Amino acid sequence: MGITNWGFKKSLWVFHLNAGACNNCDIEVLDCLCPKFDVERFGIKLVGSVKHADVLLVSGSCPRKVVPQLIETYEQAPKPCAVVAIGSCGCTGGIFKDGYNFAGPVDKHIPVDAYIPGCPPRPEAIIGGIVKLIGKL
Amino acid sequence: MASTLGLVLNYLIFPGLLFTAVVGLLTTWVDRKVSARVQWRVGPPWYQPFADVLKLLAKEIVIPAGARRTGFLLAPLAGFAAVGVVSTMLWLANMRGAGFVGDLIGVIYLLTIPSLGMIIGASASGNPLASVGASREMKLVLAYELPFVIAIFTAVTKVMPMTLRLENIVAYQEMNGVLLGNLSCIIAFVVAILCAQAKLTYPPFDIPEAETEIMDGTHMEYSGAALAVVKITQAMMLFTLPVFFITLFWGGLQFTAWGLIYTIIKYVIIITIIVLIKNTNPRVRIDQAVKFFWGPVTVLAIIGMVLAVVGL
Repeated sequence: MGITNWGFKKSLWVFHLNAGACNNCDIEVLDCLCPKFDVERFGIKLVGSVKHADVLLVSGSCPRKVVPQLIETYEQAPKPCAVVAIGSCGCTGGIFKDGYNFAGPVDKHIPVDAYIPGCPPRPEAIIGGIVKLIGKL
Repeated sequence: MASTLGLVLNYLIFPGLLFTAVVGLLTTWVDRKVSARVQWRVGPPWYQPFADVLKLLAKEIVIPAGARRTGFLLAPLAGFAAVGVVSTMLWLANMRGAGFVGDLIGVIYLLTIPSLGMIIGASASGNPLASVGASREMKLVLAYELPFVIAIFTAVTKVMPMTLRLENIVAYQEMNGVLLGNLSCIIAFVVAILCAQAKLTYPPFDIPEAETEIMDGTHMEYSGAALAVVKITQAMMLFTLPVFFITLFWGGLQFTAWGLIYTIIKYVIIITIIVLIKNTNPRVRIDQAVKFFWGPVTVLAIIGMVLAVVGL
């Protein structure tokens, strides 16, 4: 389906999911949507409900209590849905990897399509990661 | 037989569903671009709403386990069909005077069906947050319908002799000048635009679909092709309401050369007013909205109606 694939690449609706993050990555994600970087010119929009999402932006190292919610939210997103792990915590656990309640980085529980390391990653890095994700779709 | 087929084609293609959907989606692009510029951003390219709809058709439809499947899926289709009928009626009344007595009443009640469709669909989805959105939508509809109908009937009262056919209102304006030249109809036009803001669930009255509070409210559980129908219905309402106001207050659609350009300018002015109100106001609470519509706006509408009866 060529034309719906074109539509998919040109219009990505992101849903932001905080799996135990310190909020720093979340602030940088919001930065991308604000006038200085403005990812809406690429068609990327922030949606309020996971049923409308094409990309799940997961930030944070997953503590034990968040893991069921993370899996449940991923299953509620309509497929095809891509998952992006933002920040060092999302990719590998970052500075919290030896914590007492650390239950594995994001890709231990749900399949991840793109990793954006950084603590926090700059908005330019986030945009670069999304561009690589679009190339992969 | 041929005229029935012609009417069916009118409903489906021009000026009904297909034409209204395409122009409505382009109008949502104008809305997003003007909003972006007002916020010092760049904004999406012109094909963005079409890319959104195409993408939504490629996603799966997720139906919650506790939802009533039939009502959930049919409710947006009812709203979609109703807006198509309204658009067909408005354009045919303007183009070749094909209407019937009381088709203004038909337009008024058909314009409430998209909101009712969203209420039924949200209630059928089995989600408590969506039911909060549905109850807020119900209160909002109760609030703005009163001044909306009073404003429309101000235009009807001004037309001499009083008529309920859209083509007669357009014909009266062709002979006696646009209805906006009278003070009562200026007041009615302002009231109608405020009610249109609520009918389209745009800020400051986007209470039923508050993103930050109840996670997209009424259309929270929709996904895939059903969400595409909801978005297209909103786009068609954004196209139909200004055309309705141009027909009632501003002289109707004209299809001569200069008239067409003038009509497009009128349409763009109304869209710009709606988008600017959208961008400069925060969201209000539901009790503030109800007090606003049953208080100052209804009083203003009644003043307009009294002025129309007196003859101003």
